[in-house]
Formats: sequence, structure tokens, C-alpha cells
Amino acid sequence: MSKITPELIAEHGLTEAEYDKVLEILGREPNLVELGIFSVMWSEHCSYKSSKKWLKTLPTEGPQVIQGPGENAGVVDLGEGLAAVFKIESHNHPSFIEPYQGAATGVGGILRDVFTMGARPVMNLNALRFGSPDHPKTRHLLSGVVSGIGGYGNCVGIPTVGGEIDFHPAYNGNILVNAMAVGLAPADRIFYSAAAGPGNPVVYVGSKTGRDGIHGATMASAEFDADSEEKRPTVQVGDPFTEKLLIEACLELMATDAIVAIQDMGAAGLTSSSFEMASKGGVGVELDLELVPMREEGMTPYELMLSESQERMLMVLKPGREELARSIFEKWDLDFAIIGRLTDTGRMVLRWHGETVGDLPIDPLALASPEYDRPWEPTPAQPAVTLSKIGEPPLEILKKMLGGPDLSSRRWVWEQYDYLIGGDTVLRPGADAAVLRLPDGKRGLAATTDCTPRYCMADPVEGGRQAVAESWRNLSAVGAQPLAVTNNLNFGSPERPRIMGQLVGCIEGMGEACRALDYPVVSGNVSLYNETEGQAILPTPVIGGIGLIEDVSKLPAPGFSGEGLALILIGKTEGHLGQSLYLREVEQREEGPPPPVDLQAEKRNGDFVRAEIRKGSILACHDLSDGGLLVALAEMALIGGVGAEVELPAEWQDRPAQWLFGEDQARYLVAVEEAEKLLAAAEAAGVPAVLVGRSGGDALTLGALGSMSLSELRNAHESWFPNYMSGGVA
Amino acid sequence: MRAAIIHFPGTNREKDAIAALKQVSGKEPLLVWHKESELPEVDLILLPGGYAFGDYLRPGAMAAQSPVMSEIKRQAARGVAIIGICNGFQVLTEAGLLPGALLRNAGLRFICRDVTLQVETSNSIFTRSYQRGQLLRMPIAHQDGNYFADEATLDRLEGEERIAFRYVAAPGEPEESGNPNGSLHGIAGILSENRRVLGMMPHPEDAIDPLQGSTEGRGLFESMVKALA
Repeated sequence: MSKITPELIAEHGLTEAEYDKVLEILGREPNLVELGIFSVMWSEHCSYKSSKKWLKTLPTEGPQVIQGPGENAGVVDLGEGLAAVFKIESHNHPSFIEPYQGAATGVGGILRDVFTMGARPVMNLNALRFGSPDHPKTRHLLSGVVSGIGGYGNCVGIPTVGGEIDFHPAYNGNILVNAMAVGLAPADRIFYSAAAGPGNPVVYVGSKTGRDGIHGATMASAEFDADSEEKRPTVQVGDPFTEKLLIEACLELMATDAIVAIQDMGAAGLTSSSFEMASKGGVGVELDLELVPMREEGMTPYELMLSESQERMLMVLKPGREELARSIFEKWDLDFAIIGRLTDTGRMVLRWHGETVGDLPIDPLALASPEYDRPWEPTPAQPAVTLSKIGEPPLEILKKMLGGPDLSSRRWVWEQYDYLIGGDTVLRPGADAAVLRLPDGKRGLAATTDCTPRYCMADPVEGGRQAVAESWRNLSAVGAQPLAVTNNLNFGSPERPRIMGQLVGCIEGMGEACRALDYPVVSGNVSLYNETEGQAILPTPVIGGIGLIEDVSKLPAPGFSGEGLALILIGKTEGHLGQSLYLREVEQREEGPPPPVDLQAEKRNGDFVRAEIRKGSILACHDLSDGGLLVALAEMALIGGVGAEVELPAEWQDRPAQWLFGEDQARYLVAVEEAEKLLAAAEAAGVPAVLVGRSGGDALTLGALGSMSLSELRNAHESWFPNYMSGGVA
Repeated sequence: MRAAIIHFPGTNREKDAIAALKQVSGKEPLLVWHKESELPEVDLILLPGGYAFGDYLRPGAMAAQSPVMSEIKRQAARGVAIIGICNGFQVLTEAGLLPGALLRNAGLRFICRDVTLQVETSNSIFTRSYQRGQLLRMPIAHQDGNYFADEATLDRLEGEERIAFRYVAAPGEPEESGNPNGSLHGIAGILSENRRVLGMMPHPEDAIDPLQGSTEGRGLFESMVKALA
């Protein structure tokens, strides 16, 4: 066996101090297998060593929470005996190196996190960030990621119903691929990962183990350099057909009483799954590694422990249930192997044809992983912006924005995803949130992913608040009661105080918003070191939120559903243009503070809109975000195929850009039949509301500021993406 | 109407088909595993959508060789009604129960969207509730739906009025916008010679309920219930 040299330790990503701790725990030098295990278990990806201290500050509890962070996924009570199981996870580094497989296996991994807990996955969502459209790699990466997500989800048969996709040069060297899955399970039949019962068999099921993905977790815990593409062999290869079989076989077995504990083999494969199960259950485990089903000849214990081959699960069964379990996996033509037993020693003993090749104490390794309080610097406040006078007609500016990379229609993307399979998709991609009908036929589950990285960059605390608030608002805009969130914290290197300050700030803002909105965090993932040659991504704390709709028949339309409807703007307009898309598009400036988030106003306005939707008084609804009021008006007009006439209020005559494009928070645009009734209800609730115009015609008309036909706007909105992807100018 | 739904390991739209059959016929269909080599007495056999064996080879190629397909061929010879939707259509062509083949979409990408179909014949147990020339909205969701056959086969299909559905442009839209995948003659669904086997790429089972955005797939299930109940 190889001698443990300082070079070998460094290659495994362990610092000197960490290696000293290894020596202290073992009381001797590790062998190569053991060193590999320490390396992946203490990687940033598996141990959260830089973020743990701050993650602990997030609210994770509430009456609706069945399981918070710490399991494979979070679990939330939906009432009537049903629970939602959900989580978001990044696959950023692999997707940059090999976009199709990186994204595909990202979807596969998150689906396993959900069905491991006994839930049938029912929705996929994602959040994607790419570099500048004119960067030479962007098209290739985007095309590969989208077909990888579709290729996997479509084959497994889970609808991909929502997501977001944005461009910014800060992602040129580090794209983001965050995949979210939501599943449904009986609330009293949730499966957990804590192993129990010394003597019980440890069972391996699913695909065979190959050499793919060795050291994936370590790769995901380091910055990229110019040679990163040489890391391609560490990217795993996905097999969605096997995943489909694994879902069906696991759910079939879960309907019996055979399973004690179950865990998927994700990052750090067999190492991480066996350690987590044993550690949570306070037991030991012995594995005979030659019994692991292998795809290739000549594999070593080191490779078997560190492989990240996909579509594999580890289970602890009740004694005597082995044959029942075996028959189910054989029916689905999947491998099934008893590879070890639980013990009461608290140690992990690895054998290879009878010879001990590793012997490690479980708790010190799994629980005593390093925790760092890294130095951090707050982000300096941005000075307020002074604006030039609006030079162009606002509708021409609108057309440019709708026909550009930020706000153009994402149809090219979501038409590659099967968003309808299952027959329960009630609100399709392109709306504020996706909505799925629940099995009772009356209630609905809404889900959305959100983040505005340019706000987070300018002011991490405000940006963190805003990401949560926008998620909550998107759910409220479809009439859902927001329940809980999963978060995916994507940042640069935590070893740089400025970046660490972004992480700390965003978590502070998120925590504050989650508390104010009763919107706890139940699962999540942290992806650090998203930087290349010193260039970090924008801080991107993605929020995946879910909410419950009592009656899907009251769902408001995402677009204007008829002529002559009164259009009412809910929420206060201040005309905030700092960090707005308008400023970037028209003045080419990414400056100023982001719009402030008033969490009390968010709650009051959102609760009002949701209550009115439940009463059935709101026929169409859309939240205001990027691009402000005019963009929201245009999007509702385009979706509904009905135009609108809107008049600039007298008090905004000298500041039209602020009124039309300001990105003030806590606002919704709603369409109703009886304006007076809604305005009176808003006044009684202390919610700012103002009539801005009426739906009708086939153009968007701004009184004296001009008019533009929907077909002209639609053409701009729909053509950017397909033109760009077929090689047109960015 | 007694219906059997064939379940290959990678079938994934059986739930949609079961829901549609139940809603329209009021009866729970039977789910039959692909390893079965005999079927009970049924009025209709439905091959649903999905990726029967992962479809890493040609879609439907491996499913066409599975034990249940020999039995389905026997039932077809007896005149039992058979409908293959999406992957089911691909399996039926691979098994030789319908002519032609389904190639990769002309744009090479998976496409999920609503399309407009024109009913080309009401002379079948699947389409008798529709009018010839009627336009229907329902979704497609496939990567390999580009119907191909040689000239002679296409002439026969046209001549014998065996094209059940054709992709057309939505009213007011340019003609070339109608065909989503490059299918020859805009073919979306075809009938067998005895008109008792239908293969189609679009998903009528996902256009049953107003909440799904269209109810125009119901007619197909109503036709079958009327003809076979």
C-alpha cells in the first residue's frame, strides 16, 4: 500500500491541521483507504465546515415541519395524512466540466434524496446560471445542461415544472446547476437514515459500482483552474432508466415492513452513506467490500469506497426480510447484495476477502469533522444612484428588455422538459409558481425557485431577505399558503473574507425573512469555491419554496383572462431603480443599493392577495420583480393574449422610468371585475392599492407615452432564445 | 369496457392513462407486467408512454421483443382493439403491428407543448366521436416522433384513409408552424389495415379535464367506450 506522504495528503485536500486531527483520532497513520475516507468526509461538500456555524442561525421549526435539515430531505405536513418531501442540491462543478451528465446526475441525485424518504417524486424544478451570452462556452453549456435535465427527468417520468435561468459574466467560469425535487408521502410513513439493530444486514441495491466520480466531493470543494477540464473522469454518468427502476423497487419495498433505515449513495458514495447511517444510529458497521456489485474488473477497496457511481442505495433490513427484498429488486432487474452487518462496536471495519483494509471510529470522524469560523468582511453599502432623464420611449425600452437575455421567454428551455407527465400539472412553466394538483383532486401544491444575485452582490443581507420574500410572494400570487423552503447557497471561496462576508450576510437576511414570514428552512445544500482564477460568481443563495393551495379551482390566471378587467397594483411604489434591470439595460450601470425589503409589508400585502384569491375575487395575478410594473403588465398581456391601457399617474409625470421600471418589493398586479370592491377591501386591510388601467385590445397602451402591439412585443419576447441558441447574435 | 394497460419497466405515463380510462369509462383498467405471456379476456389493450427499456437503443426496439408482445400480436390477429400512445406507438411500429417508423424529431430536441391536430377520419372505434376535419388541442411530449414511411406505404395510408390524426397549424398561424417534429404528411397517428390498431404520438390522456388545459382528448376515450363497452 502507498506510503502516506505530504503530497498525497495535499492531493486529498486535507490541511496539515486536519491531518494532525486524523492522527489524533486514529492514534496511528491512516492507510490509503482511510485517508481517502477522511478526505471526502471532511471535504467542504460533505462536512459544511465553513458554513455550519452560520447555517445554525436559520429558523428550521414550525408546526408544519415534520423533518428539518439533517436528513436526506425536509418533510412538511400537508394535512389529510399527506406530507411533502423536498430538497434542492447543486451540481455546479460537474456541469461545467461535462454539462449533459453533470446536470443529468444532478437531477438523479436529488430525486434519490426524495424517494429515499419514502416519497414518490412528483415535481422537478431547477435554478440555472450561465455566463455572458457572448462568452464562447455559454451556448454549449446551456444546451448541454438543458438537455441533461430533460433527458434524465423525462425518462424517469417526473414532470419538470419550473425554474429560472439567468446570465451574467460572473458565471463565465462557473455555471450554476441547482436541481430541486418535491415528492409526496403518507405523513406517517417517512423513512429515515439512522441505522439500528446490531446484526441486521446492510444491503446494497441499484447499479453496479464503477470508477466514475471518484473524488467528486473533493473536486466540488476546490476552486477551478485552467486545467479543470482534465477532471472530466471525475464526473459521474447517469442512467435514468435504472433510476426509474430503483424508484419503483424502493417504493414497493417501502410498502412492506422490511426496511430499518435507508440512504442513497450520493456525494462520497458508499463512504458517506454508511458513515451517516451508522453515526446517526450510534452503531458500528462491518462491510465485506468484495461483495459490492462491480462494473469493472480489478477495482480496489479505495475505489469502491470513493466511487460516486449513480443510482445506488444502501439499506439496513430487518432480519429475515432479506428474501422478500431480494425478490422485489430481482423483479425490477436490479442488483441486490448483502455486503455487511451492523455491529455494536461504534467502528467501521472494512474487509477485502477477509483481510481488514480499514478500521475507523465512526463518531469522531462523522461528528467531529472540522468547523471553521472563517474571517469575514461585510460588503460596503452602495451609494444611491442618480439617474439620467429617460431618453427613449418606454415601450421601446420594454421591447429591448423583453427581447434580451434577462427577460426573454424561456420557452426554448422548458419545451425540452416534459412538464405534463402525471396529468396533474395545473399551472405550467412560465407562471410565478408551478402548481400541481394533489391526489385528492381539490388541493394543489405550488413550488418555485428564486434568487436575484445582483441584489445579493450589492447588499448580501438585503439580497438574502429579497430571495426569501420573492419566493414567498410567488407562492402567494397563485393563492398558496407558503409552507417552507429549501436553500442552495452558491458562493465563491470562503477562504476570502469578502466572499465569506457575502455568505454570512445572505444567511442573516434569509434567516430574518424566514422568521418574519413563518417560512422555515427544512433542507438545503451549500456550494462553495465557485470561482475560477480568482473570479468568483455573484453570491447566489437560491430559495426553493413550496406552498399549499386549498382549492385549485380558484387559481388565478397568470395572464389577463379577459377584456375590460380592472388592473390594480397592490403594494407601495417608491420608484426604486438601484440595481434594476432598467439601469443595466438603459444606462449600462450595475449600481446602487437593491430595493429595500419591508417584511411587514410583504406579509400584509401577500396575506391580502392570498385571501382575495381564495374568495375568488382575483381573476389574474402576477408578482412584480425584475423590470417592475411595465414588464409585469407586458408578461400578463402576452400570456393572456389580451392587451391593456394604462395611464401614468399625475404624481409620476416627471419620473416615468421610476413608476414603470422601479423594482420596489411586496407588489402584485391583479386583474378583477369590480375595482371598487377590491380597493375598499385593500384599504380596510391597510394595504396600498391603486387602479392603474384596464385590460383589452391587442396592444399595450401607455396614454401619451405611446402604444405597441402585442404581436411586436411577442415577437421580441419569443425570438431571443431560439435565435441565440441557433447561433444568432447574443 | 375491460381494458389492459401494458407495463414495461420504463413505462411512465400509465398513471395518466389509468386516470383517463377511469374517468371516461368508470372502470379501473388492469395493469399487465411485460413479463406476462398471456392476457385475460379484454376489449382494449393500451400501450402507454414512457421509455420502455430506457430506449438507449431505438425507442420500442427492446419492448417489441418482450414476452407480452407475442401475446399482443395474437390478440391483434383476433381483432382485439389496441392503442399505442407515444412510446406505445413506437413499440407497435417496432413490433410490426403498424407500418413505418418514428425517427428523432427534426429539430433533434425533446418537445413538450400543445399541438393542433386535425381528425382525418371518424371511421374507427377510436375516432367515431369526432367529426372528420375537427381540430383538437392536446400535448405532445417526445424526442422521437418524426413519422417516416416509404412512398408506397404513405400512399396506401392516404388512400385507405388510415391516417387518424394530422398535425396542422392552429387557426391564424402560419402553415409551417403546424408540424412539430418533421413527420411525413404531418402524420400524428395511424390505423392498422383492419382499423382496430391505433398508434399516435400526442397524449389524449393528458387532455381529459379542464384543469389540464384541454378536454379534447376525451372524445377518443368516449369513442372506445361506445364501441367496445
